Amino acid sequence: MSIFIDQGTRLLVQGITGRDGSFHTRQMIGYGTKVVAGVTPGKGGRLFDGVVPVFDTVADAVRDTRANAAVIYVPAAVAASAVYEAADAGLGLIVCITEGIPVLDMTKVLPYLHERGARLIGPNCPGLISPAQSKVGIIPGNICTPGRVGVVSRSGTLTYEIVHQLSTHGFGQSTCVGIGGDPLIGTHFTHCLSAFQADPETDAVVMIGEIGGTDEQQAAEFVAKGMTKPVIGFIAGQTAPPGRRMGHAGAIISGSSGTAAEKMAAFARAGISVMKRPADVAPLLRERL
Amino acid sequence: MNLHEYQARDILRRYGIPIPDGDVAESPAEARAVAQRLGGKVVVKAQVHAGGRGKAGGVQLAANADEAAAHASRILGMTIKGLTVHKVLVTPAADIASESYVGIIVDRASQRPVLMVSAAGGIDIEEVAATTPERIHRVAIDPRYGLLSHQALGLALRLYRDVGQARGAAGIMGNLYAACYAVGASLVEINPLVATPDGKILALDAKMVIDDNELDRRPEIAALRDASAEAPSEVQAREAGLTFIKLDGSVGCCVNGAGLAMATMDLVQYYGGAPANFLDIGGSSNPQKVVAALRIITADPHVKAILFNIFGGITRCDDVANGIVQATQQFPLHVPLVIRLTGTNEAEAVRILTAAGFSALTDMDEAVQQAVAQAGGAVGGGAA
Repeated sequence: MSIFIDQGTRLLVQGITGRDGSFHTRQMIGYGTKVVAGVTPGKGGRLFDGVVPVFDTVADAVRDTRANAAVIYVPAAVAASAVYEAADAGLGLIVCITEGIPVLDMTKVLPYLHERGARLIGPNCPGLISPAQSKVGIIPGNICTPGRVGVVSRSGTLTYEIVHQLSTHGFGQSTCVGIGGDPLIGTHFTHCLSAFQADPETDAVVMIGEIGGTDEQQAAEFVAKGMTKPVIGFIAGQTAPPGRRMGHAGAIISGSSGTAAEKMAAFARAGISVMKRPADVAPLLRERL
Repeated sequence: MNLHEYQARDILRRYGIPIPDGDVAESPAEARAVAQRLGGKVVVKAQVHAGGRGKAGGVQLAANADEAAAHASRILGMTIKGLTVHKVLVTPAADIASESYVGIIVDRASQRPVLMVSAAGGIDIEEVAATTPERIHRVAIDPRYGLLSHQALGLALRLYRDVGQARGAAGIMGNLYAACYAVGASLVEINPLVATPDGKILALDAKMVIDDNELDRRPEIAALRDASAEAPSEVQAREAGLTFIKLDGSVGCCVNGAGLAMATMDLVQYYGGAPANFLDIGGSSNPQKVVAALRIITADPHVKAILFNIFGGITRCDDVANGIVQATQQFPLHVPLVIRLTGTNEAEAVRILTAAGFSALTDMDEAVQQAVAQAGGAVGGGAA
């Protein structure tokens, strides 16, 4: 099994005819994802690559194709409105790859989704992949192998590095989720940990955090109270200076809060095995499994 | 993007917040002219994107215009936390009966804008939060309804017993909230908000941080950027589409992705070295970005070795390899280069690099160890 996506995922791509959208749609189809529809206003009625029907609106696409998840590749200026549209069409899972949504827009988007019971992953995230089942987003399929380790991360390429370590050392993955590097995101570590805990085909979880905010501390609390499966944790940004935004909008130490040291300490207190470097992941998993 | 105090004051004044008169000056003569126009005692304040201006001597009281000019000549050109002061703000010295703090930040935990006030104004609010958190009062605002009157008045009454003054402060809070959404601020602070002896409420200082993601749709705010107030290498990087932050070490880092870039810096330290910078070349790897990155890294005289760490996904390793080769054709590299790349088009990248006389590694730990050794080995007690 897996979390959030599997072989039953019927994916709709918002921005399917754009540069990024078209490239990654081909990658997802190549991986085996069931891409059932695309949406680009003004291009309804066409077929993308001769196979995927394109619609003008998400509502039309959902009605005709029974899509149950959306992935968003539209430009930042219209990304928040794409999320609203997907939620209005009743989609339960919305994955927003786009980077650059203003944080004040997100303060309005998140309650809107919450009221409609929709789960947003991202924004500013690489999406997720359940190896050999479905890939939604941009995580390279070739580095993943099917297996029983869940991965959840705020990062993109750092996730690939750690997944690559896992695959190389014989630890396949149930699902890898990139939750995004923005300060306000739809799905947090705790949501993913809870889903992995409930997933009978996940045996352990690797959690990759970074400086900024308190998501990792909340995740540690959750692990201490509600998890029986082993968790391995990493925090990027031990050498980051305070007050500077380290690439991700959310990766910033404000004052003395949000440091790597405090997050690693919270992990250790919660019984999470703390990696000092990416290469520690396989040895620590071997210890805990 | 940080705004200067004088820019934030202009915005808040436009949103109806009472702020004393004043003007910005770039020379002692200009400062004298502003002080003369204002008359009486004035304050001369350094305009620089760094906290702790007061402690650094960047805020001075002047009894008259001549003194204002003298202070300005001392403050202009002064360096505060590595940044040179190019402008001063000259404002009338206000008589103060009490000082408080009012601020709005987007709170990550509640996912809402939060209005915070404290009667302990005029000092470092983070210190108040750390030592006496009970002195900070806050309300999380539902952005669908905005700041409600009773919420603002409730907080204002924490600052002022006099209901007239409290209503004045509540009005300021409402305007501050409106300004926040109107200009796309992720943080806005009035510190201090003061009551004068005759009972008026005034904003004496203003701090505003604009969410960088807002700048594309707000060209009038983006135009407020003062590149002279930032490190030149960071301006150059931004113009090339790179994220670059200068640090103090000797291992220059060039990485794709922010998380991997941080993890690479951390690994440099793990093996006993010190990173010279954070640099994320971003997702789409155009060779020109790599050339720009190398230009910026090599301009730092402290860099003794350069480390590339590329995990190809969207980023194509061959693009990065081409960028490295092009850069070395355009300008000489005086320091050793250690290249690690793996992922998309890795084989092609290795071919390009080998043909140009470079070698490439595929293991991150091995590359970082080599880079640290090339930069002169471990500094201090390494972890490894």
